[in-house]
Formats: sequence, C-alpha cells, structure tokens
Amino acid sequence: MTQLGNNEILKAVNLKKYFRIGKDKKGPIFVRAVDGVNFSIRYGETLGLVGESGSGKSTIAYTVVGMYGPTSGQVLFKDQDIGMKAVRRPLSLKKEIQIVFQDPSSSLNPEQTIEQILSLPLRLHTRTPNRQFKEKMIELLEKVELPSEYLYKFPSSIGGGEKQMVAIARALASNPSLIVLDEPTSALDVSIQAKVINKLMNLQKELHLTYLFITHDLSLMRNVASRIAIMYLGKICEVADTATFFEKPLHPYTQMLISSVPVITEEEEKLKPKKVVSIGEIGSPVNPPSGCSFHPRCPYRMPICSEVDPEMIEVFPEHTVRCHLFSRPEETGSKGV
Amino acid sequence: METKENVLLDIKDLHTWYRVYGGYLKVLNGINLIVREGERVSLVGEAGCGKTTTMKSILRILPPGDFLIPKGEICYRGKDILKMNSREIQRLRSQEIAMIFQDPTAALNSVFTIGTQIGDVVKYSLALEEKRVHKEKIKMLSVKALKEVSLPDPERMLVNYPFQLSGGMRQRVCIAMAISSSRNLLIADEPGTSLDVTIQDQILRLLREIVEKKGTSIILITHSLGVAREMTDRIYVMYAGTIVETALTKDLFKNPVHPYTKGLLASVPKLSGGGLAKGIPGRIPDYLNPPQGCRFQPRCEYATPSCVETPPQLFEVEKGHLVACYLAQR
Amino acid sequence: MGVSLPTPKFMFWKNLGRSWYKFSRNRLSVVGLVIVLVVIVSAIFAPWITPYPEHAGPFVDFANAELRPSLRYLCGTDNMGRDIFSRIIFAFQDALLMAIVVLGLAVPLGVLLGLLAGYFQGRWADTIIMRITDIFLAVPPLILALAVAAMLKPNLMNSMIAITVMWWPWYTRLLYGTASSIKNEYFVIAAELTGANKFHIIFREILPNCLSPIFTKVALDVGWVILLEASLSFVGLGQQPPTPALGQMVSDGARYMPTYWWMTIFPALAIVFILLGFNLMGDGIRDMLETSRG
Repeated sequence: MTQLGNNEILKAVNLKKYFRIGKDKKGPIFVRAVDGVNFSIRYGETLGLVGESGSGKSTIAYTVVGMYGPTSGQVLFKDQDIGMKAVRRPLSLKKEIQIVFQDPSSSLNPEQTIEQILSLPLRLHTRTPNRQFKEKMIELLEKVELPSEYLYKFPSSIGGGEKQMVAIARALASNPSLIVLDEPTSALDVSIQAKVINKLMNLQKELHLTYLFITHDLSLMRNVASRIAIMYLGKICEVADTATFFEKPLHPYTQMLISSVPVITEEEEKLKPKKVVSIGEIGSPVNPPSGCSFHPRCPYRMPICSEVDPEMIEVFPEHTVRCHLFSRPEETGSKGV
Repeated sequence: METKENVLLDIKDLHTWYRVYGGYLKVLNGINLIVREGERVSLVGEAGCGKTTTMKSILRILPPGDFLIPKGEICYRGKDILKMNSREIQRLRSQEIAMIFQDPTAALNSVFTIGTQIGDVVKYSLALEEKRVHKEKIKMLSVKALKEVSLPDPERMLVNYPFQLSGGMRQRVCIAMAISSSRNLLIADEPGTSLDVTIQDQILRLLREIVEKKGTSIILITHSLGVAREMTDRIYVMYAGTIVETALTKDLFKNPVHPYTKGLLASVPKLSGGGLAKGIPGRIPDYLNPPQGCRFQPRCEYATPSCVETPPQLFEVEKGHLVACYLAQR
Repeated sequence: MGVSLPTPKFMFWKNLGRSWYKFSRNRLSVVGLVIVLVVIVSAIFAPWITPYPEHAGPFVDFANAELRPSLRYLCGTDNMGRDIFSRIIFAFQDALLMAIVVLGLAVPLGVLLGLLAGYFQGRWADTIIMRITDIFLAVPPLILALAVAAMLKPNLMNSMIAITVMWWPWYTRLLYGTASSIKNEYFVIAAELTGANKFHIIFREILPNCLSPIFTKVALDVGWVILLEASLSFVGLGQQPPTPALGQMVSDGARYMPTYWWMTIFPALAIVFILLGFNLMGDGIRDMLETSRG
C-alpha cells in the first residue's frame, strides 16, 4: 500500500470510479467518470480541480467525502484508507472531512431553522453540553459574520450568499481538517462571491484548514488555489502551481480553456493563448475517444494521439502533463517540445 | 448618431411592479434604454436586478394579473408596445423581435422534433403575410437557419429530438429559431451561461458573427462583465431596477464612475491574479419597500444625505457616458 | 433596511398572513372554507341549533310523516315523521367523526410505511411494503370496504375499521414517491455524510419536507371518506338506525321517489355540499402550501 508523504494529507492512487448504466451485446456499459487519477493534497494548501462537464471533478470530490466508493484504486487520508462510502466510515473520519455543496438552496433543509441545521454536526461531533449549545452556534455564526438572530430563520428567508455562509458554518462545526468545496460560489453573484471567497481564505489561515476546491471558473481559481489540476473526461491533463499554470500552460486543453474565458482587462487578454481556440464538442464519458480522449479537438494532434493514451510526465519540477507532445521523443517519433 | 430614424427600441422611464402579499414589488424604477439599428447593447446586472423583468416587459410576457406597469413606455420604431393590441403584438413577436432564452433545454419542447419546432417558428413568422405556407418552403427555411448556426447535417437534425442533442447544439437550435426569419432585434438572455466555458465561447462567437453578418441589433442580457465586454459596443449597468451607468464598452472599462460599477469590476476575479476585492457589502433592497432615494445608497460608501432623499437622474459625464449618481455631478 | 427580529411567535403571525394571502387568491377556495366551517360548526352545535334535536334519536310522529318542505320542517319530514333537516345536521357529526378516526389511523400508518419504503428504496423493506400496498390498492375500494364491513357486525365502529383498512395504502404510495425523491436532495446527503443516524434522516430531514402533499391530501380526503361512509350506510352497513347517517337517509328515501322527493334529495345534496366544500378548500390548501422546489 502506498504511503503518504510527510506533508500530504490526502492522496489518490490510480483512482477509478465507473457508473454502470446498462448493457449492450458487448457487455455492461459504464460511465467512466474518473478513469485512473493520481493526485495529492498537502497540509494547508488549496488544491484546485478544474474542468468542464464530464471531467469527473465532482465525482472525485464526492468520492473523497464518501458519497461514492471507488471502483478501484485508493484514497488515503492521514494514513487511513478511506476508499469507502460514508456509511462505512467511522464517525471520527466523518468529523475530519466536510463538504460544502454548490447550491445552498438545496444543501440546506428548507424545513429546518439555521439552529436545527447547525445543531446536527455539533451534537454528533463535539462534546458540547446542552447548556452551551446556543453559545457554540452563535460562535459559529460569528465566524462567518452572520448575526445571531439568524438562528431562528429558515433558509428561504436569507440570501444566497448568506445561505452559503451557513453551509460553511455547518462544515466548520465539527472542526474538520479537510474541506471539499464543490463550486461553492457558482450559484452566487460576483459581488457576493468575493465576500464568501475572502471569508473562506481567511478561515483557512485562521483554522489551518486544507481545501480541495472545485470550480469551472478559471479566473476564480487563479486567486484561490495554490496548485491546480485540470481534468478532461475522467483524467488529469496537467498539474502545476497556480502561477505556472496560467503563465506557462503546457497541455492544449489547458490552453483552450484559458483562451475561452471572458475577461475584463487588457492585462488578462494578454494572458490568453491565442493559438488554441475552442472547437468541437466535449466527448462522452461513456464512450470516450480512443487513445488520448482530447485528440478530436486538439490542434496539435499527431497520429499516435488517437491510438495510445499518454502517461503523466513531470516536464518541469512540480509541473506534470499528460500529453504526447511532451513524451520522450523515441516513443512518439515527434520532436516533443 | 442621435437621429430619430434609426432608433429601434426606446424604453422610457419604465416602471414594472409585481403584485405580492403585502403590496407590490416595485422592481423596475424608471428604466431608460435605447437600441439603434445594427447596435449591439448589453444589459449587465446581478441576480434580482430586474434585467429579466425588463426583457419580459418588452415582449409582454409578464405573468398576467400579477403585474402592473404604472408608468413608462416601450417604443418600438415609435409605437408603444405597451399599448399595442394582440394582433400587433403577434406581429412584433413573430417578425420583429426574437428571444433567445437562457436555458436551451427548457426552451425546447422535449416531445416534438427539432423540425417541428423550428418549422412552427418559420410558419408563424410568415403566416401573417401569406395565407397558406408551403411545407417545402418551411423546410427549406428551417434547413437554412440550421446551416447558419453551423449545425452539422441540418437535414437530419430536423428529425432529431432535443434529448438527442448536447447543450451546445440545443443552444444553436434556439439561435437558429431566433434568426430563422429576418428579425430586427434579438434579445439574448444569458446565452451560454448554462453551458461549459469552451462551448459558451463557441456560442458567443457564433452569435457575434451572425449579428455582424445580418446587421441585426441585439440586446445581450448577462451578469458577466467579461461577456459584455467581448460581445457588445455599449453597456447598460443595472442595479435594483435602475440603470446606474451606461457608456460605450471601452469607456466603461476605462473610466467607470458609479460606485456600483466600480465595486462590481473590483469583485470580478482576474485571470492575471491579484486576489479578490472585498465585494460589495449588504444586499439588494427589499422591493416591497425600496429606498426612497438612490437604491444603491444603503450599500454605498460615498453616500450623502441627498442620496437618501431623491433618486439621482442619469447625468452625462462624457459623450455617450451617463451615470445616475450625485457623485458624478460634482 | 428592515432586518426583522424573527422570534418564533412573530414568524408564526407573519407566515399566517402570507398563507392566507396564498389561500385566498382563488375565490372558490374561500367558498370551500366557508362550507367546511359551516359543516363543522353545525355538527358541533347540532343539539343547540337544530329545530328538532330529538328527531335524531328514537322518535316517531306519524301524524307529521311525509310532509313537504316548509318553514316548519325546512327539508320536510320522512316516513316516520322526523325532521329531515335536523337529522342531516346530526348526520354530520358521525360523518366528521368517521373522517377524523379513519384519517387519524390511516394517515400515520400509511405515512410511516411510505417513508420507510421510500427511504429503503430498492431494498427488501421497500419490496415488502410496496407489494402489500399494491395488493390493497388492486382491490376496488368500495368492494374492499363492503367485504370488511360485512364480515363484521354492521355498526359505525366496524365501518370505520373497514374504511381505514382501505385508506392507508394511498398515503403509503404518496409518501413513497415523495420520500424517495427527497432522499436524493443534497441536504439529506449532507446529513448522512456528517453521520446522522437513520431515525434522524427519516423523521427530521425527510418527513418535514413531505408535509405539504400530506396536508393537502388529508383536506381532500375528509370529503372522500365521508362519501365512502355514505356508500356504506346506503347499503345498510355502518351507522345503524335510528341514528341518522347520510347514505342511510338517501337509501331510505329512495323508495319514495319521485312523490316524496325531498326525503332523498336533501340528504344527497348534503353529501354533495360537504364534498364540494372539502374539495374547494383542498385546492386552496394546496396553493397555500405549494413551495416551488428546485
């Protein structure tokens, strides 16, 4: 069994998650949501997972948190193998890993008051005596800058940003070490997003939290993540630290994604790779293209790309790419880069 | 050019209210907006600012019985839409103005083929002029429209059902329906927002191409300043049912004046890094009892007593650049 | 800016006002509510508001039998000389009692089974519960009620049992659908992920979100239970004479049609009246509780 490095809090090893959706003459049909993924998260950092639909980023998040059990491969957390659904996990593990979902309107029970919503994790994971319950909840609300009167409110009477703050407070209630954030601000307005993101970053420093941050919004990712992994159809294409990711993107899909982002300043325009413009439809995770799944849309496609799936290679220190352009020349017959 | 002739749509001091428990939601509080022939204009604002209400008011698709328009006019080529009778409205909707809705999956009827749906649009756009429309002609025009939005194999597309298409393709079909007959004005509500970024980029480029080629005017409704910047020449920034600032795109980004515009621009995360601003404190006002004066005043750090009393009117700070703020008038 | 202080009591009144607004948007719902209130109030105060309360018991007055409706006997008299109007009002009592008892038993049972089946969807609990439910639902309701009532001695209590037996499956079916879809909502998943036990999930997370369809159905069901009771008493099961029951009065009067039409028509109209009231009110309740989800 693989071991964690001494500053790694989470590690995924050849993680696969397939969903069976039926069968045809050749056998069962699977959605290959996550198809052999390797990554690790270090203590205190924010690992960003970026991708479009079908990339598998949400599936990874849900597997880490226990909504799904892996089809194969391992997920290690603090020297424990956590590759199983939440029902089978010990309570102490559930305390450590929490999740904030994308849409706060559906992640908070509309028929419960904020007080009831927060009391569940407090009751389960902390030894707070009944007398101090309300105090503890007000403390939690203060951490996310919400007034204490909100305890008696229902989610429907507070705004989207505030609902998300409640969801964050709920995640904090159990004193977790790792928080998975699945598109936490995608459903919010820009002016509110800024507030929520700032609060998340402050909380991270204050409480020494580690984040797995998932979003499709590259501009947001730029300002939030310390390292970024980009995914396409269930596989990771490139991993790099944030600055490098945007200044020297290697994978053609990374370049395509960055060039598709609508921006508001000239400075940002200059950052966008001009040569790779978005074409084609996103492939299907049920029947992904052969070889490298991105090849039908890739402007740098070579013959080998439709036959062989490339391996992940460390091109520069801490900068890995999965692309034949960077494979060893004797393997591909190309000049590489 | 300020000539009266080429003004296509002129919204004057529009107020739209919704009837609810406890009174009225006074959403729109005097909207002024002009679109000329061939212009590309965007209406930018966050959720709840009233941009969808504005669009629904133009096409008169507000929920019947539950709304009130106590003041204002929406003039299309000089005629007030709000006073049109049903025949004129029908003509307006089938020949002059077309809508492209936000969610293409919801905008298409899942039990009819693409061919039937786009055929209906074509049929009704011609029906007012021709008594009987030939099936062949409908088919030809449908295929033509699908070709214009770069859909592969348009003839086969006619027999497909929406569920067989991807999100991007559905959005293209919606665009095809909107341009299937020559229209003068397109209203696109957050096009591509429900799609992936790379697909959204393709859709926006397509829309831009079509609009340029046909010379159609377009009102683009969006919450993304980035999209507005890439797609349109003139921007209206909307907050809580009022137009707070309007300018040519380049002027707006070079020299934003209204505190809301500035706050919005600062809150948008930049691809080039630099961290996020603190956002804009507070929330949108309660439309049931909106502030008497400037609606942004409760959240504004520059607020003065006069901001509380009366709402500021649009004031020209440079040519073509208007701001509704007392700050701008000094 | 108006940040209100939402103490629970304040929220209650505010919500009541808003609920009334939603309810009363449709005029007919208010009409239904009025009818229902009239029925309930007159049932409660029957001994005091009816002109001839004693006619609802063992009473005969052949001298005044078969009289037409008049100011003295608003709906006329029946073949035993009893005032039909008073008897109708008294019949309301048992009708409502029947509805309360039947629904009071059937609803909790049906809801509980439906919740369990919905939560354990796909597992053996689901299969067992739903197949049993299917069996009950497959039998035509009236026949099932008649069979049960006929097996037991004909009286009010046994007809209540009979109707309860056929009523709970509808709630199970309703809750099965509602619970199994709510089970997949993110807030339920969030509670599961953080370690809540099954009891909490079923009764604290899922059930509160199922209440709207339950209440709406209960409001409508009162009318239908009363109709079913009338069907049973029409054939002589259920409440026995001399205590009045609507169905029984319709059946008794039927043989006097068309000459003494009032003996059947007025009780029949009363049944229609009740059903109409609860149906219209039920529409209003549905509007009131409607929350646009997702």
